[in-house]
Amino acid sequence: MSQSQRKLVEVKNVVKTFSVKTGTFKKRDLYALNRVSFDIFKGKTLSLVGESGCGKTTIGKVILGLHQATNGLVNFRGKDISKLSPHKRGAIQKDIQMIFQDPYSSLNPRKKIKTILEQPLKIHTDYKKKERLNTILSLCDNVGIDHSYLNRYPHQFSGGQRQRIAIARAMILKPELVLADEPISALDVSIQAQIINLMMDLKEKYRLTTLFITHDISVVKYLSDHVAVMYLGEIVEYASKKQLFNSPKHPYTQMLFSTVPDINTPLETDSVLKAGEIQSPIDLPQGCFFANRCPYKVPSCSAAHPEILDVGDNHLVRCPNC
Amino acid sequence: MALLEINNLKTYFFTRNGVVKSVDGIDFSIEKGEILGIVGESGAGKSITGFSILNLIDDPGKIVAGEIIFNGINLLTLSEEKLEKIRGNEISMVFQDPQTSLNPVISIGDQLIETILYHNKKVAKKDARKTCLDILKLVGMPAAEKRMGSYPHQLSGGMKQRVVIAMALLNNPKLLIADEPTTALDVTIQAQILYLMKKLSKDMNSSLILITHDIAVVSQLCDKIAVMYAGRIVEYGRKKDIIFNPMHPYTKGLVACLPKLNDENDRLYQIPGIMPSLLNLPEGCYFKNRCDYADEECNTYPEKKQIDKRILFCHKVKEN
Repeated sequence: MSQSQRKLVEVKNVVKTFSVKTGTFKKRDLYALNRVSFDIFKGKTLSLVGESGCGKTTIGKVILGLHQATNGLVNFRGKDISKLSPHKRGAIQKDIQMIFQDPYSSLNPRKKIKTILEQPLKIHTDYKKKERLNTILSLCDNVGIDHSYLNRYPHQFSGGQRQRIAIARAMILKPELVLADEPISALDVSIQAQIINLMMDLKEKYRLTTLFITHDISVVKYLSDHVAVMYLGEIVEYASKKQLFNSPKHPYTQMLFSTVPDINTPLETDSVLKAGEIQSPIDLPQGCFFANRCPYKVPSCSAAHPEILDVGDNHLVRCPNC
Repeated sequence: MALLEINNLKTYFFTRNGVVKSVDGIDFSIEKGEILGIVGESGAGKSITGFSILNLIDDPGKIVAGEIIFNGINLLTLSEEKLEKIRGNEISMVFQDPQTSLNPVISIGDQLIETILYHNKKVAKKDARKTCLDILKLVGMPAAEKRMGSYPHQLSGGMKQRVVIAMALLNNPKLLIADEPTTALDVTIQAQILYLMKKLSKDMNSSLILITHDIAVVSQLCDKIAVMYAGRIVEYGRKKDIIFNPMHPYTKGLVACLPKLNDENDRLYQIPGIMPSLLNLPEGCYFKNRCDYADEECNTYPEKKQIDKRILFCHKVKEN
């Protein structure tokens, strides 16, 4: 990672465990995050890719302060915020905003769009009524919300329009960091394209720093500068977008690429069925977590847990056999 | 003779705000062993088409016209009693959300066994249990024996969808309707489920109607594709024609806006705007406000055109 770029967020060895009941009197630790480390550079987009249950949403929530990390550091502008609750974060909180997955449940159905967009300004700024309205109107132009929509309620909009409103709400305070947690997976493919293009425009215009969380590796290409692939609470591959798309190294990353439906390639046959499912994060194996699904498994894979290694040009891979 | 033939099907919803023509005069047919994909955005009427085939339309909805001919019988003329014998037996359906389509307080095994016993009371419970186990193994359920006693909340989304597919296949249906079977799942699990459905459909020589918003999914599975827009079919034909040589501007847009792994462009193509409300459809072609080619001619709804083996509704595509 070149030092010329400024780090906005530095995540270092973050561990998050949840205590789960496994029987009447038994409790076990579920490792949602296992020593996760990455940096997000100012003005860049980092994409986190992985299946459900791999911890990608949990890391987003840790950065936002909705979960407190069990261990490890989250430095935002050089200050550790991992142990601070949202109340104690004060001004920092307004610089980190989130776009949620489901625009049907993330907007208050009883509030008009104008109220939804105005609320953050009322809390975090001392703008007068007129200034607030002007801020809202100019932002609406940028995200493609018609001014006449402001007096309507969320149920009057389609999924794509709601997601635009959710994006506007996240952008209204001009945050330094936006966490986008699967912002397009609840939308139709045709509307997904509109939202991806909108996010690209906003990134350019506001020089926005984004953590983009998704399970679909095919959309990552359009938005990201760097990509981190997560599996069972740890990062298994980290590289620049170009490196990752040109030569994915980790077998899991390769599997993600092979399962993307593409109109030009027929459905892969037997290898797909063998791919299996992500396992429970309660009983983690001693060796490589991916070993039971890996097509290239050798006996040593089950013996020791691999460390993440640099294979050149800051391309990090957690697989000694690559 | 086609296994299923739909002629001029119209399903309308009579709401307080007016009549919503969710399905407005569509025709298609499906042969034995064939896979048909219905593609379109939310609200295009794809799911309502699926529900209409099984006559699962509730008030204020009503099938106001058309024929659904299955195996030579018009399903719309059948009594509810006779329809119940066909549903889940000869035609079965897989619903979008596996979380809500299983009963949370009955074990997987009991739910599967019930499906067999409901349609054939003569089967011994022991035999039914064995059939269920076999089918669970067939859909790739790990530790099938143990899973028979599990409850839905103990299974992951992919596992639940496997159970739902197993349940739909239990009585060897001649036709399976799958309504967005993989939308709630991860990409990796989606590929497994799609492969499974294609394999089972070919092995059992049963027909499949796949309803989805993702044209990439359809392209991997189907023999024929129908593209729906605002309650009507706008393009219908063989997969290779529709995917590799789309003619209707809407189909072109759907294919172009797919994210591609090996694409050199920095931006995705986007279809501008959104689908009009079914209560407030524009005069003429419904797609004209989003279409790059529209002009005055498009102020009347286009006539049906047949080009080769493809059916098309667009003024701007000329024959030859």
